[in-house]
Amino acid sequence: MRPRLFFHLQLAFTLGVCAFLVVPVMLSVLAGLTENFFIGLRSGLTVRWLAQVWGLYAETVVLSLQIALWCLAVTLVLGLPAAYSLYRLGGRVARAIEETIVLPVAVPGLATALALIITYGGVKDFRASWVFILVGHVLYTLPFMVRSVMAVLYSINVAELEESAASLGAGFWRRLFTVVLPNCKPGILAGALMVVTLSVGEFNLTWMLHTPMTKTLPVGLADSYASMRLEVASAYTVVFFIMIVPLLIAMQMVSSQDRSRIKRRAPEDSGVPAVSGSKS
Amino acid sequence: MDQRDDYPRLFVLVLPLGIAFAAFFLVPMAQLAVVGATGEAGLSAYLSIINTPRHFESMVATLVLSAAVTVAALAISTVAGLFLVRNRFPGRETLIAVLTLPLAFPGVVIGFMMILLAGRQGLIGDITKALTGEKLVFAYSMGGLFLGYLYFSIPRVILTLMAAAEKLDPALEEAARSLGAPAWRVVLDVVLPALSPGLIASGGICFATSMGAFGTAFTLATNIDVLPMTIYTEFTLNANIVSAATLSIVLGLVTWVALFAARTFAGSSVAASG
Amino acid sequence: MTESTRVRLTACAKTFPDGTRALEPVDLDVRGGETVVLLGPSGCGKTTLLRIVAGLAAPDPGGTVLFNDDDVTTLPIERRNVGMVFQSYALFPNMTVRENVAYGLKVRKMPAAESGPRVDEMLEMMHIADLAHRPIDQLSGGQRQRVALARAIAVRPRVLLLDEPLTALDALLRERLRVEIDGLLRGLGITAIYVTHDQAEAMALGDRIVVMSRGRIAQVGSPRDIYYRPASPFVADFVGTANRLPAVASADSLMVAGVAIPWPSGRSPGQAAEALFRPEDAEIVAAPDAHFTGRVKTAFFLGDRTRLILEGIGEGSIVVESEGRRTFQSGDEVPIRIRPEGLMVIGAAE
Repeated sequence: MRPRLFFHLQLAFTLGVCAFLVVPVMLSVLAGLTENFFIGLRSGLTVRWLAQVWGLYAETVVLSLQIALWCLAVTLVLGLPAAYSLYRLGGRVARAIEETIVLPVAVPGLATALALIITYGGVKDFRASWVFILVGHVLYTLPFMVRSVMAVLYSINVAELEESAASLGAGFWRRLFTVVLPNCKPGILAGALMVVTLSVGEFNLTWMLHTPMTKTLPVGLADSYASMRLEVASAYTVVFFIMIVPLLIAMQMVSSQDRSRIKRRAPEDSGVPAVSGSKS
Repeated sequence: MDQRDDYPRLFVLVLPLGIAFAAFFLVPMAQLAVVGATGEAGLSAYLSIINTPRHFESMVATLVLSAAVTVAALAISTVAGLFLVRNRFPGRETLIAVLTLPLAFPGVVIGFMMILLAGRQGLIGDITKALTGEKLVFAYSMGGLFLGYLYFSIPRVILTLMAAAEKLDPALEEAARSLGAPAWRVVLDVVLPALSPGLIASGGICFATSMGAFGTAFTLATNIDVLPMTIYTEFTLNANIVSAATLSIVLGLVTWVALFAARTFAGSSVAASG
Repeated sequence: MTESTRVRLTACAKTFPDGTRALEPVDLDVRGGETVVLLGPSGCGKTTLLRIVAGLAAPDPGGTVLFNDDDVTTLPIERRNVGMVFQSYALFPNMTVRENVAYGLKVRKMPAAESGPRVDEMLEMMHIADLAHRPIDQLSGGQRQRVALARAIAVRPRVLLLDEPLTALDALLRERLRVEIDGLLRGLGITAIYVTHDQAEAMALGDRIVVMSRGRIAQVGSPRDIYYRPASPFVADFVGTANRLPAVASADSLMVAGVAIPWPSGRSPGQAAEALFRPEDAEIVAAPDAHFTGRVKTAFFLGDRTRLILEGIGEGSIVVESEGRRTFQSGDEVPIRIRPEGLMVIGAAE
């Protein structure tokens, strides 16, 4: 029965890794909801800390959402047309451009932030506004939108769909709006979720770019970790989890849907149409 | 629609991104490099990573930490990832979800969770105290950093590796078996070589992310200065902009080279950095 | 029905940006209402030629494409009014079957009162009316190709272009759709250019076949011309099976591999040439009547017949056929006789 033993050893190991990832999350949820973490659950459960956090930091939640949505809008406006263009252009130039726009992800956020401060820190109104943070977030999230859309364009071979639309008489812009864009949807959705999730959780850039008047959620978290009692910091972390976990789950769902879409293939002719794929 | 007819329109479509990117990334980055080179020390400021003991130590510590995290994350994720791809059992989907969920947790939050795990009031401390009477606290040392970095590395690495493992052709393994290879030889001769592009890619991402990670170290406020912390200190506390600029450029180059090398050997993929 | 369009290409060549020459300068005249099949192995330039007709690729400078008397060389595909059917169908996944078929009419701003019945007519014609509101990803391969055909024909194109439309389908379905497409093209009387690498498809569908090889036209002719009077060993080999033997012509006969076979040709004697014949033009006969005797190397039973690979005639091997019931062992001696009318001679000057 060695194969079974081997299976169980691996299962135990995998469960151990899961525990390593889950236990700290549970600890912070627990700490955020107990009266006194030092004493433990015996001290009783409370939403006092959550209420206190909301009183102190509600603005950071609002600002984070605001920046995330603007970030999404900007990455859509800049990224969608660029993704299509890079896909169509192809070749060395397109690859070089793609390579370049990924740089803000490859280079540590700290470096990007420093560069922005050195160049634009003197423009006081700009430096002091939340838009300064938005710029950093857009730089950081843009490649995810572009790549996500490009991946879909490649996977459904949009070039050929366009050829067939052109053969039916559709010009450039009509093809773009009736064939290219509608078929990009899965890529746009995946990219959008990624952009919002990353923006909401971004700290490296934001810590450098923020001012006392423009604190985002992760900046507030760092603040509270340094200065607040453990229970408040934990409760604040719970608020963050409440925001980010649904986004992450949505991302997982979208990517597993994509996978099953690829797996589902046209059945051979039987006269009976295929039932659309059930969830795996 | 011969390709060339559309060039002008395609150019127009990529232009807004080009302008924005140049104005807010390329120009500032160039400025950063120039600022680094135009301090009192001139170009030789870039050598401070070697000349200045504090910077050098920080660089070495960061490199060692990142390399160790990369090796550990690859080993752990290969075992768990292969297991999850090759076995079907109830609860498998949940385990996968759990393992990939922390993908976009920011470093600060992970740092805080490491404090809850291994800090002065941490779970590990409580357990060890109950067992041995000694309270084990390591969140604020290299151990805490290592654990924190491992935390944000595992989801990324496991995701890439599982994708690579799913693409493995089962016929290859069956062929090796049919030729009489025992299970461990199949893993060694067939599975790992086929996974190696995925290993290289995710290793590169993991290493680069660890090199540039800032939030975890910031929260843990350890006595070990990783390079991003050194940069931050130079900039805010010492107001040494030249130093911060040169160190940033050097760090940026290191992470970019790591990613570029990984991609050259293994094809491309982007992943979030923490 | 609009009058059918004649398609003329002159000196159409294609060089890709990296310098590879996909197509040498080619002239081609497709008569109105005719179905021309471009046949050749992959990489022979047939698809490039089709794309030049479509307007998806521009010929190198100097080449012209005429639809009747209109020079469409510089016209992009969307203004050429062609219908195109792709190997991968290229149906729009964001639209239903009906919306796909209606797309070209919508682009042409045809009023709904007119386009509705036209779409219905197309769906009926292709037997997909009951699929009208299905999304594309719920269709089988054969259904998809029907939709693609309906979509291409709905706009009443001047020329219908088909790029390996049946290649992605399994054998049985391919056969069935081939018959349907044949009926469709004859019924519509539309000018059609059909690209394929499958000789059976080419023979069945083409009024004329254009055999291509390495960017050049190897031969243009009716299916019978191509099969019985191939212009080169390449054509003979690519279309059907051809046995090749060295030959020398004389006044009233042909010396094939040292054996004289009566062959009225009026050619100058003594000229070296190559004699080709199809397996079905060699009969297995009694020894005294034989031209040659070969040894069986392998025999394949194919059901209706047995295919024999013979050695000992000329340099290589010779393929002949026997009726199915007769069995052969390897090493058996098989006397064969070639029908004089089945001899094709290549290389001897006319």
